[in-house]
Amino acid sequence: MIRRHLPPLLSGLLFGAGLALGGMTDPARVRGFLDIFGAWDPTLAFVMGAALAVMTVAWRFVPRMRHPLFAEKFALPDRNDLTGRLVGGSMLFGLGWGIAGLCPGPGFAALAIAPLEAAVFTVSMVSGMVLQRLFFERGARASPS
Amino acid sequence: MILPWFPDAAPGAGLAGGLLIGLSAALMLLGAGRIAGVSGIASRAFGISDSGMSWSSAWTFIVGLPLGALIVTRLSGAPIPDFAPLPLLALAGLLVGFGARLGSGCTSGHGVCGVSRFSQRSIVATATFMATGMATVALMRMFA
Repeated sequence: MIRRHLPPLLSGLLFGAGLALGGMTDPARVRGFLDIFGAWDPTLAFVMGAALAVMTVAWRFVPRMRHPLFAEKFALPDRNDLTGRLVGGSMLFGLGWGIAGLCPGPGFAALAIAPLEAAVFTVSMVSGMVLQRLFFERGARASPS
Repeated sequence: MILPWFPDAAPGAGLAGGLLIGLSAALMLLGAGRIAGVSGIASRAFGISDSGMSWSSAWTFIVGLPLGALIVTRLSGAPIPDFAPLPLLALAGLLVGFGARLGSGCTSGHGVCGVSRFSQRSIVATATFMATGMATVALMRMFA
């Protein structure tokens, strides 16, 4: 029980702490990074660079492990096809990201910082996920993504 | 740490925050064998997708996000930032949720976990949402 829930809890805590520490729960920082024609704020690039550096190392351990430390097997995406949905979905995502300066992680993390604003954003976000399933996955039972 | 030309940037805090995010994603990968993709985990928690990690693990992760942010903001005493007006937040939330599911991921799943794996899907998705986000901010700056 504890063994199974410790990784997701610690992972969530570290993720939320990292977002807040890196300034990613401040929409102005995120929009400042996207504002390449204005007063550009490169902070997000440092956040992403450090996260990518750690994860590039972490991925190198996967082929050498027979199973994850606290689970029986790895369950990782294996698709490699470029589709209209991938690009179209990412464009809609970028549009929303640019408007609010929030994406899913900071949206949840900001519940501890500005509860009303973050609740409006996250409730709408979950509604958008429900709409996507209604439009695109009608009849299809939870295809693995 | 202050960057020349970008006095308002926070590179030191950014690197420290990114390090924690990377450790979080590494723990999810090497500990649980899964991608720390927030949109995918959220859709599992809210019963929108029934694939992926267990429902209870998904909730544990999601609850950890504001708790972790709360600890940092309490310790640092950072001021509460400005957010967009509520109608814009609602519109943006809809687009972010719909788009992340349609595109199979968001800034965490594609941007951090996928790009570091050199997944071509994640690299294309990340380049697309960054370019679209930059265009959106530029257009809003022109017309607002």
